[in-house]
Amino acid sequence: MQNFKQSFFNNVLLITGVLCLSTLILLFAGAPPVDAFKHLFLGSLGSWIKFTQVLMAWIPLTLCACGLVYTFRIGLWNIGVEGQVVAGAISATAILRMGVTSGMPELFLVFAFIGGLLGGGLWAVFAGFLKTKGGVNEIFAGLGLNFVAQAITLWLIFGPWKRPGIASMSGTEPFSSEMWLPTLSALRLSPSGLLLTIVALIGTGWVLGRTRLGLALKGIGKNPQAAYLHGLKPDIYMIFAMGLAGGCAGLAGTFQITGVYHRLIPAISSNYGYLALLVVMLANYRVWWTPGIAFFFACLNVGSIQLPMMLQLDSALSGIIQGTLVLGTLFMQAWQVKKKNE
Amino acid sequence: MRITLRDIHKHYGNVHANDGINMEIDRGAIHGILGENGAGKSTLMKILAGYIQKTGGTILLDGRNADYSGTAQATRLGIGMLYQDPLDFPQLSVLENFMMGLSHGLYSKYSGYRNKLQDSCDFFGFNLDPDAPVHSLTVGERQQLELIRLLALGVQVLILDEPTTGISSVQKKILFKALRKLASKQKTILLVSHKLNDVETLCGRSTVLREGKVAGEMDQPFDTRTLLEWMFGAQPPPPARHEIKPGQVTLAMEKVSASGGRAGLRDCNITIRQGEVVGLVGLEGSGQGIFLRLAAGLEKPEKGTIRLNQKFMTGSNYHTFKSQGVTFLPTARLEEGLIPGLTIAEHFALHQKKSIIIPWEMSKRKADKGIALFKIVGTSSSTVESLSGGNQQRLLLALMPTDPYLLLLEQPTRGLDMESARWVWQQLISHADKGAGIIFSSSELEEILLVADRVLVFFNGTVVKNVKTRDTNLNELGRAIAGTV
Repeated sequence: MQNFKQSFFNNVLLITGVLCLSTLILLFAGAPPVDAFKHLFLGSLGSWIKFTQVLMAWIPLTLCACGLVYTFRIGLWNIGVEGQVVAGAISATAILRMGVTSGMPELFLVFAFIGGLLGGGLWAVFAGFLKTKGGVNEIFAGLGLNFVAQAITLWLIFGPWKRPGIASMSGTEPFSSEMWLPTLSALRLSPSGLLLTIVALIGTGWVLGRTRLGLALKGIGKNPQAAYLHGLKPDIYMIFAMGLAGGCAGLAGTFQITGVYHRLIPAISSNYGYLALLVVMLANYRVWWTPGIAFFFACLNVGSIQLPMMLQLDSALSGIIQGTLVLGTLFMQAWQVKKKNE
Repeated sequence: MRITLRDIHKHYGNVHANDGINMEIDRGAIHGILGENGAGKSTLMKILAGYIQKTGGTILLDGRNADYSGTAQATRLGIGMLYQDPLDFPQLSVLENFMMGLSHGLYSKYSGYRNKLQDSCDFFGFNLDPDAPVHSLTVGERQQLELIRLLALGVQVLILDEPTTGISSVQKKILFKALRKLASKQKTILLVSHKLNDVETLCGRSTVLREGKVAGEMDQPFDTRTLLEWMFGAQPPPPARHEIKPGQVTLAMEKVSASGGRAGLRDCNITIRQGEVVGLVGLEGSGQGIFLRLAAGLEKPEKGTIRLNQKFMTGSNYHTFKSQGVTFLPTARLEEGLIPGLTIAEHFALHQKKSIIIPWEMSKRKADKGIALFKIVGTSSSTVESLSGGNQQRLLLALMPTDPYLLLLEQPTRGLDMESARWVWQQLISHADKGAGIIFSSSELEEILLVADRVLVFFNGTVVKNVKTRDTNLNELGRAIAGTV
């Protein structure tokens, strides 16, 4: 109870601090803070349409976060999640392109998700091999592969997959609507995407909490040397965790293709990979906290679109709020550890 | 300096590590602090050294109330502590470490400190190369360096926490001589130990702590029986010596060479038989560490062959060795042996049969059984880092397969009190009686002579002595360790 009270108090303190800082920045920029926050709120939760937009951002963000929980659990910093989203999106696009003339769009939609899962997974496994066999730190391997994935996307958009006639930054030729992930008629919400994400969340919670794999990931993350003496193979589990994380990210990329953009665009990841890193850190690496925090972040992202329209403000405000929240949380955690040690 | 401790308390949550301790330490005394693990010795000393803050009580230095926080302040008041693991900078040289905290300002004149270091070394009979990097030094040498560094800082009270753990008997002699010299110069020495021998040879007076309280105080000459009773309640009998019945060859090394440690290992030819208990001794890094790791498959030999139960095992990894019944227990229990953050039940779950879903109920039952059988103080949901050193070792033993073929142990009783050590050996010897081979390293010659059937002495990467314990003695082993066979 004492603990709960303490953490509740800390969170209130943190949120107040972040609000104060954002207000200060708004005042600096000469914008009315109350209006800005109001537009942020109304822009994300003001109507059912807005709410479904938030959910459509929540889906890929939560999928990425799910994957990152695996890699964080085993002590890896999977910065490459961004590239894994892209790799998933590219694989999905490739499969859908094959399906254009097949006459079985539903089947190829399913194939696209399987392909995205494998594409993202393999992209991550590659980084995992570089880490375990080549001794390349996973942060550098991941970051490098992010650039490679981005370059491949651009090459595909301007090369082999360019629109008939003219290549354009706006991406490849859109798929016909029967290859889109079905949405509710009035709203732009994909029930299957929502279901997939919830399944991924529950699956992740189950794997980490109940299975031998989850315990092995935790054990290796805490002490790889001792885990080896207890009969676990850290290298293999690391590659496996990377594969799972990449698979989840690949699904997020596939969702971006099939549910949101319906084509491959240069910024297909929408930076959800990087944002998911923040989500998981803010969730203190716990699965069940990620959906809530991802939802809040999705609200900020969608709501901030209103700022340039209504107040001629840059939409970077949402990024500032997200960033300060994470920094503040990490600071609080470090501070508490320090206090406990004293 | 004269130290008076009045009613010192230290609480960690509900645990009273120090529960109203009163003590008086005279100027120029060598005062022993005895007690088993968890008796509160280290806590009390760390309070005195300013490393941790007391919950209540007063410290008087020369009769004056001293209220300080932090080690820097304590050092300024003249109190310095030599920790179990020396706090130094391995990458820096001996001289640079010596200057740490001594030199001020941007520009340090090395030659002055070099002379100062040399004078101190000459005074104590230490042999330290000022330009050698500290990581190339043995634990004993690092201790010597830390000692003269603290003295150069003007320390009047020197606290030593288990200083004889992990150092050779030669280094121990040098250390004790240095401490006596210091005491004769009116410095106050506090020696924390659970080794009665050390305290008996060195200290004029000693205080026994038990469960956070003072159990008794005694002047030289000490009555060992009474001291043991204060420490443990009743005197523990020595562990039962088992009768050797040589069986088949379990482990055979032929002309094995490997690098690692300080000296590596060269041309090692050794066979170990079933039911044999073999002790390894030598200065730190003389080859015994790499020997154990080679026998476990944790390191690979550069030359030679390793056979396990006639099977060719050269180049196989630890998991292959493990499947043949080999178990390796490292000396760094929390760093290498156990997984901090995981509970006892989770450790048992890791050792359960391969299954996708963890049978938590069964793991918990097994953990409870292990806790009861191995007398571990803790519950199945205790994290391993919350256990004391002795209980961590008990847990490692509880996790071991029930019918090991070959046990490889790095200092299995390091940091354990006598009662725990005795208990650990009872368990291990029962395995040997059932036919397991046991190889262990230890820095305690007495322990090896007591429990081992055979002893291997390592010097500079080779086995210089391979002898039955009943055909040798302390003196002979000591000479072999120092390289004079």
